[in-house]
Amino acid sequence: MTAATTDTAGPVARRVPGPRRRLRLGASALYLVLAFIAIVYVFPFLVELATSFKTDADAAADPLALIPPSWSTLAYRQLFLNSDFPLWFANSAIVTVSVTIGRTLFDSAAGYALARLRFRGRGVLFAALVAIMAVPGVVLLIPKFLVINQLGMFDSYSGMIVPLVADAAGVFIMKNFFESIPVAVEEAARLDGASTLRLFWSVILPMARPALITIVILSFQGSWNELSHFIVSTSSPQLNTLTKGVAGLSAGGLGKSTMYPLKLAAAAIMTVPVAVLFIAFQRRITNAASGAVKE
Amino acid sequence: MTSATANRPVRRRRGGIRRGQAAAGWLFTAPAFLLLAVFLVIPIVMAFWVSVSDWGGRGSPFSADVGFVGGRNYAAITSGGGLAEQDFGTALRNNLWYVLLVVPLQTALALLLAVLVNNRVLKGRGFFRTAFYFPSVTSSVAITVLWFFLFNPTGAVNRLLSFLGIDGPNWPADATGVLHGALAAIGVRNGPALLTEHTALGISWWEWLAGPSVGMLILISMAVFTTSGTFMLLFIAALQNLSDEVEEAAMVDGASPWQRFRMITLPQLRPTLFTVLTLGLIGTWQVFDQVFTGSQGDPQKTTLTPAYLSYTAGFQNQAWGQAAAIAFILFAIIVAFTILQRIVLRDRRVGAGRMRRYGFTLDGRLTAARTAAAVRDDGAGGAR
Repeated sequence: MTAATTDTAGPVARRVPGPRRRLRLGASALYLVLAFIAIVYVFPFLVELATSFKTDADAAADPLALIPPSWSTLAYRQLFLNSDFPLWFANSAIVTVSVTIGRTLFDSAAGYALARLRFRGRGVLFAALVAIMAVPGVVLLIPKFLVINQLGMFDSYSGMIVPLVADAAGVFIMKNFFESIPVAVEEAARLDGASTLRLFWSVILPMARPALITIVILSFQGSWNELSHFIVSTSSPQLNTLTKGVAGLSAGGLGKSTMYPLKLAAAAIMTVPVAVLFIAFQRRITNAASGAVKE
Repeated sequence: MTSATANRPVRRRRGGIRRGQAAAGWLFTAPAFLLLAVFLVIPIVMAFWVSVSDWGGRGSPFSADVGFVGGRNYAAITSGGGLAEQDFGTALRNNLWYVLLVVPLQTALALLLAVLVNNRVLKGRGFFRTAFYFPSVTSSVAITVLWFFLFNPTGAVNRLLSFLGIDGPNWPADATGVLHGALAAIGVRNGPALLTEHTALGISWWEWLAGPSVGMLILISMAVFTTSGTFMLLFIAALQNLSDEVEEAAMVDGASPWQRFRMITLPQLRPTLFTVLTLGLIGTWQVFDQVFTGSQGDPQKTTLTPAYLSYTAGFQNQAWGQAAAIAFILFAIIVAFTILQRIVLRDRRVGAGRMRRYGFTLDGRLTAARTAAAVRDDGAGGAR
């Protein structure tokens, strides 16, 4: 037993036998602290899920219970059968898929050109890109409405989708990525006489898969969760997305109105697609988002 | 070897190959940059014109009957004693307290989580990292709905407080500033004349010092909860890039864990700290979604923020000039705070110049861009 622990202990621990016990004690304390914090972080979501299956009365009477006193699927039936919720879901899906496709194509093309192609004006474009990235999004709320309105795109799918496809940070990410991969493959293909467009489509894009996945994750999450842009670009209820629709459920103040199971069911469902995306790419998100490749 | 020799003919022939590159370059960049120009650059120009015009929301802001009014819209929200000035002052006051609380809390919590999760003896790091990061990927609307449920007068938070024998407040309806509340608890209910008689932006100094309202605490706790995970990832990345040697040397020298953290780890984390603080500042000045979904400025305008005020000024009151002016002032505030923070941190940096030797990776730049993208995308309370 002792021999085994000595083996696994680091060289420093071996030199100083005293602290080893402290180390183990420390580890238990660490697990305790982390477990506590993890509960604090996870608990709200468990409450959300549990409450969505409660009756209104139970939700008010026992907000902490993780197992509903009496199971009720009323909230879900109401959402799917007696409300515009399916429409909101469809609108969110349409916008998210379109924006993601658009961003992936445009970001990678522009990023590639900025990283690899030599042309006059490239430096100016890149400087403009960095300047644009510095403008905080909320500041553009009113300005965006003005332009969308002026272009006659207000209250239409195009007004919801096209402005969101503009994505300076994505271009920046793709440019950085292309600069990090070796030129050799492209040069070989170029020698074979491939046109730039063909080269891009059949050689560059397949190589850029990791960065493209990053863009897909960011775009999907960004446009699925987007709220403010839809507030300023639409007014008719037929164009409500999940975010705008669910935010509207609370008109008059969430604190005052009840129907908590209904609202929390809606909140839970709208979390599912990003949660699925998150779980599917979990390793990539938590590692790539931190720029770490060590594990 | 082979590639080196293969390179030479490529060089020679490049002239021919390059010819198509200019056209391809413009073709490839055109879609993305056209969109950026139309939906990010032109709007700013247009909004600037609206902020100095009397456009009322009908027709084009560039039509002949729209007049130039100079700084009148800016004046209306910063002086004159009207409701517009008072609302703007209140919104700034609210957001300032929000920033003052959220930024330090989210940064400290993110750093704590990163240090805990990054511990080498820890098993199941992936699980903890996922648990802490998950709130950051969910939508601000869904989280706001959930948070206001947890904080409703008979909700989960007050139920938990009752286990501790505490009678929780009516969170979403309580407009008492926490500092005023604390003073009232020791019997001070009215401020000294010096503070109540002077005003700034239509609000008395006493009101400026009220602290965030109890209702605002809902938004503050939510922001800390949803952003700490993102920033934790930035800190983890930085921690993983630190070399173990210095730390091990300090260990042998008998430095305590706290000393090692304080004297060795923390100075090396300074660039990341800088990034996190900057992103935090930028994000926290942009609270909109949470106010729109959850509180609409209630209770008694104590959760009104400049971003939300800009929206209501335009879309509800048709005061488009003022709405645009608020947006520009907000922009200026964000720039000013970022610069201020840069200056403050730079001064102290001189002593720690040696950390350059440790060679921080450039990954940080990419990460910062990504996080900035996330921040922009949802403009969420304090940069998710």
